[in-house]
This record gives sequence, C-alpha cells and structure tokens, in this order.
Amino acid sequence: MTGPLLPLDAGLVARARALAAKAAQPVVDLARSHTTVSVERATLRLAGLTGADPDGIPWVNRLADAVQDQVGIEHGIALPVFHALKDFPDLERLAHAAAAGGVRFELAKDQAARAARDRANAAVGQGFDRIDASRARRSRLVGEIGDPPQRPWIYLIVATGDIYEDIPQAQAAAKAGADVIAVIRSTGQSLLDYVPEGATREGFAGTYATGENFRLMRAALDETSREVGRYIRLTNYASGLCMPEIAALAGMHRLDMMLNDSMYGILFRDINPIRTFVDQRFSRQVHARAGIIINTGEDNYLTTADAVEAAHTVTVSQLLNERFAHEAGLPDELLGLGHAFEINPEVPESFRLELAHALLARQLFPDAPLKWMPPTKHMTGDVFRGNLLDGFFNLAGVMTGQSILLVGMMTEAVVTPWLSDRDIALQNVRYVLSACAGLAEDFHPPADGFIANRANHVLGEAVALLGKIVDDGLLNAIADGTFGIMKRPADGGRGLDGVAKRADDYWNPAASILDGGAE
Amino acid sequence: MSRIVRPYGDTTGDGMVQMSFTLPVPHDKRAEGAALQLAAKMGLDGAMLVHAKPIGENYTFFVVYGATTHLVNLDDVKVVERDYPHFTPKEVNDAVREKLGRKLTVVGACIGTDAHTVGIDAILNIKGVAGEKGLEYYRELRVVNLGAQVAVPDLVNRAVDEGADAVLVSQVVTQKDAHLHNTREMSAAFREALPPGKRPLLVVGGPRFDESAAADLGVDRIFTRGTMPSDVASYLVHRLVFERQPAE
Repeated sequence: MTGPLLPLDAGLVARARALAAKAAQPVVDLARSHTTVSVERATLRLAGLTGADPDGIPWVNRLADAVQDQVGIEHGIALPVFHALKDFPDLERLAHAAAAGGVRFELAKDQAARAARDRANAAVGQGFDRIDASRARRSRLVGEIGDPPQRPWIYLIVATGDIYEDIPQAQAAAKAGADVIAVIRSTGQSLLDYVPEGATREGFAGTYATGENFRLMRAALDETSREVGRYIRLTNYASGLCMPEIAALAGMHRLDMMLNDSMYGILFRDINPIRTFVDQRFSRQVHARAGIIINTGEDNYLTTADAVEAAHTVTVSQLLNERFAHEAGLPDELLGLGHAFEINPEVPESFRLELAHALLARQLFPDAPLKWMPPTKHMTGDVFRGNLLDGFFNLAGVMTGQSILLVGMMTEAVVTPWLSDRDIALQNVRYVLSACAGLAEDFHPPADGFIANRANHVLGEAVALLGKIVDDGLLNAIADGTFGIMKRPADGGRGLDGVAKRADDYWNPAASILDGGAE
Repeated sequence: MSRIVRPYGDTTGDGMVQMSFTLPVPHDKRAEGAALQLAAKMGLDGAMLVHAKPIGENYTFFVVYGATTHLVNLDDVKVVERDYPHFTPKEVNDAVREKLGRKLTVVGACIGTDAHTVGIDAILNIKGVAGEKGLEYYRELRVVNLGAQVAVPDLVNRAVDEGADAVLVSQVVTQKDAHLHNTREMSAAFREALPPGKRPLLVVGGPRFDESAAADLGVDRIFTRGTMPSDVASYLVHRLVFERQPAE
C-alpha cells in the first residue's frame, strides 16, 4: 500500500499501544514467575522423550507426574530428572521406572547438580537444534520452491479425524489452490492435559494434534509443494492445556503456523487464566525460535458478541496479543493477528462497516500477516446465500489488503466441508482474487467519510476499554467478564493444579535458552 | 384440495428438483453417463446434466435437474412433535429474568469413569457446537461444569451446594451398558438425597441413549445425537420456568 488509507489519530494509536503494554505487564510478570506441568513436560519433549504407556498416557506425563509427586515442579523438573538419569541409559527407561514407582527424585547439589545440568543442557540443546534445523530447512525450501505468487495466501481447513484421510484431502486442496493447510483438531483436545501419541485415525470433528501426525502431514505437503511449485504451509493449534508441548512438537516437526491466542483458552474453554498466560508465553517463545507464524483468535469474540457493538474488543485483543507476542520475542512478520467478517448481513451498510474494521486492523498492524476469517455466525444452512456472503468476504479481504484468507465454506454450520464444497469455495476465492486483483489501488475512502469515521470511532472505543483494563488489571477484567461475556476468575478454571510459583532455585534449561535468546 | 404434492419448478405438478453430487471418477463421457444413471435410479425422469466439472484428477462434480417420479401424500406424513417450544437465547434469558427473577443454575458433569467431555462441553461451553453457543452464553443461566469422571456422590453434593435447578449428565462410553448403570445410580442418589419438590431436573445426554427410556432410568429427559444447546436451554426453561412455580 502506498500510504495510510485512514486518517487515524497518531496520538491515539500511540496511546493504545502504551495502554496495551501497561495492561500486559502484570501478566508478563506472572508468566515469568510461574511454571506449569506443561512447560516442564515441553522441556522433556525438547530433550527427546517420546512414546506413551499401554494406556496411551505419554511418558513425559508419567515422568513429570512422578517428579511432581515427590519434589514438586516449583524448582523445575529438569534437575531432579537429569540427576536421576545417571542410573539409566535414557529418559524413556527412566520414565518406565518412575511410572512403576521405582525412582527416588531429589534436588541434587554441588557436583551432582552440575553434572545433571550438563546432561540436561545437552539433551534440551538437541531439541533446539532440531527446531533450528527445521527453520533453516523451511527457509531453504521456500527459497527453492517459492512462496505463493499472490496475497492473501489462501488458507484451507481439513478435518476428517483420520490423518490418513486428511493427507490426500490436504494434497488435493493444495493442488486446487490452497497455500496453507490447517488440520483442525478433535473437539475437546484443548481440555486434555496430555498430547496423544502416534498416528491417529479417529477424532471428534477433527484430527488429534500429535507429533507423528505433524510429521506425516508435513512430509506429504513437502511432496505436494514441489509438484505445485509453491511451498505449502501447514497449520495446527497450540492452544488448550498443552500449548507449550504442542509448540515444541510443532517447532521440531516444521509446522509453519500455529493458532495461539492469548486469551482464547481462558474465555472459551474455561482454562485457568494463570495457566494460560504462563503456557502461552513459553509457547510463543518457542514459536519465535521456530519462525512459526502465530494466528490469534479474535474471530471468536465476534461469534459470541455482536460484531458491530463489540468491534473494539477485537482491536483491544489484537493490541494485547501484539504486546504479549513482542514480549515473547515474536517479530511483526510472525504475528497473524485475527479478525473476521461477522456482521449480521441484515444490518444496513454491513459491508461498509466490515471494510472500516478490516482497514483499521490493516493500518494498525501494517507489517503483520493479518488473518482474515470468514462468516460463520450468520451462515444459516442456506448454502446459496452463504456462497454470496463468502464472495463479499473475499472481496473485503482483497480491497483491504489482508495477508492470510481463511476460505469460507457455504456449508458452514451444515456439514464438515465436502470435497465439492471446498472446490466451490476455492472457485469463489479465485474469481474474486482475479477479478479484483488491483482493486486496492483504486480504493481510497474519503478522509471524512463513513469508513474513516467508523474506524476512528472503533479505535476510540478500544482506547477507552484499554484504559479501563489498565485501571482494573487484566486478570480482574477477565474475571469480570470484559471479554466475550465470560467471567473467568484467576483462581478458577481447568489446569490450576498444574501451576506453581517458581522457587528461588527454579531452573529450566529450555526457559534459560529461550529467555537468553539465541545460544 | 388434493393432499398429494410434488416439487414445484415453474409449473404446478412439474416435479422439478435440482441436485448436486460428486462421483469418485475422472471426468469423461462415462462419468456423465454414470451421473445420469444415478439420477434415473433416484427417480428423476428425463434428467438434464447441466454442469460437470473435474475436481482434481479422480473426482467429478455434477449438477443435475430433472422431474421426480415420486409424490408425497401430506396425510401420510408423520412427525414427532417436540414436547416443548423452541426458544431463542434472548427468549430464554427474558423468561428466566422476568418469570423466575433469579439466575437459573445448571450443574453439568460426565459421571463414572467417562472422560469424554465432548458432549457436555458442546452443550455447556460458550464455544458450543456447529456455530451455536453453549449454555454459558446465556446471561441468565449460571453454569457449573464439573468436567469428567465426577463421582455420583460428589455430583449430588455439588448440586445441593450450588442450589442446582437442573443437573446435566453426559455419557459417551457405553461398554457393558455403563451409561445406563451410571444414569440409574445417579438418579437413585438424587432421589435418596432430596425430597421430590427439592430435586433438580435431571437431564442426561449421549449418542447411545434411547429417548423414550427416561422413566426407566429415573430421569426427566434424555437427549440424543444431534442435540443442540438451544434444545436443552429451551427444555429447561419450558419445564422450570413455564411449567413450574419456583420452589420457595
């Protein structure tokens, strides 16, 4: 874009960012001073521990649970684990013994502690080496094969529940024009306090996120990338109770984008706020290291609240997500901040309002790969009207220069997309992208017009809400139901028993590496 | 007036329908012939193949128009009417606020060893299911979701502590009829703990229940596959607000 399209008040924009930073700071302090079972398990995953017991409970859980029972997690589990490892050939054998109750864990001191730390650093360092190698390989492949020729990138969802069914569907979608494939997760995986293991063939309305599923799909898409002559990106979800572990698996298996919102789990899955913020910071640090683009979930606010009245909550959430992401080391080019086309089509001038909101996000975050999400709330099962609405969504995306376009399905709310639904949806996208390729050039809403005024109005409301959040404290604001309409107290929700305040001697080799930046 | 109907295209009685489908074959003459043969077998007379488009190498999408040879006698149409009206979230909230005058408390759980919270979460979590929000979204409902593997005595105690108007129990696992045993145990425990007037409304849901078995299992209502949060909310308001005066 040549220059700013909207005459936004620069002072107001600066004030919005300053308030977001102020609102985020107490939560960042909280995240830095606590750990969780999932952060500790992610550390074991980085150290190379995989596999599960005969009941399907991963060895990282069995080992972490044993340490938690004996010495707690507040010191970090790496020291007791790698001290105990002196008597075992590898972590898996140690985990077997620990699960059988045959290992006594202790906080080693002096020489023994130094030896344990050396072992831990070496093992966890190998995990980071894998992440770094994956990142380098992505750059190489993108260099060799190339990026998609157009913006926005076309993002398509696959969700059969069976990874072996997902693979041909994903490959077909890429051949039909998709640039990004998202494998939607099984309903409720966010509430599992472990990451399932291995290739999976059954899920509820989605496929489980597992390390092996990641590996299988990435390998298949590498093959397809070469065939279609553009690097096909793969997306999954680092959300729920196992954010840090899934982030580690994603980094090691070269996923390219991960859904990772700062507040989604709290508001929509009733996961404990502190658990979420601690897990989120670690997972974002891992994503930063891995060069993974995060996708935030602002679309969800609009599916629960009115998209006109609540437009400013999207802006507030984007600003908070941006602040948390920057603090965790993610640069702008990895910030897939979200927003959505969810205004009731019966509202007069709904399309102009959508353009105003979409342009506001574009202009507030000029260097972020914004993710533009399609209508879901007002998709009724009338597939013909749905296809028209998706066409207008695509048009708004092109006119306002969005970066990643999640393809809307006319059968939204009817079925999980059929092969033909996806084909029709892609045809819709291709038509709009081609017919309106350079339209953004001609689109200059007048400085005192409806769109500019609306954008400034929403920004003003966002600043007012941020001011209120700073006054109340973000955790209190969440507890009081400021976002969505959910009230989520800091001492409620799932997963609180997996949170511990870091002791003075807390030590986690992964956290040290991530906090210290590159080795 | 005739009670016999057939589809209407642009002339009464023309029987015209449109349909679209995909066949797992490459697009060629044989594929088009197969599409027309399928249409004929589905009862379309003189079907017209108006659109055929390859999807990838091995699939073809078709749009077919034709006159159906079937007819429907409206007198023979049997429908199972739901025994409660369907309300929008706003109607539910208004009814609770105006008629009950306090929030309606719903306690939900998966009981026994069942760890599959997918059902209870779809109904209760604000995220909901298939684009419809769960009961947490309703401002006038107070939702307490106890999650998975809740022991029956704990459920009863918590329901009493919370002053539950309704208890929602989800059962997905059906090995050895576990869902039936668990439900009977649960309803018996509530009967033992509370006199009839004080008992919360007991609702169970799961994909393998028989909707007509409520009395047998000792519960007030059973919901099965395909139930949406608004179905449950509507039922609760119908029973607890419109049918029953709030307990003193």
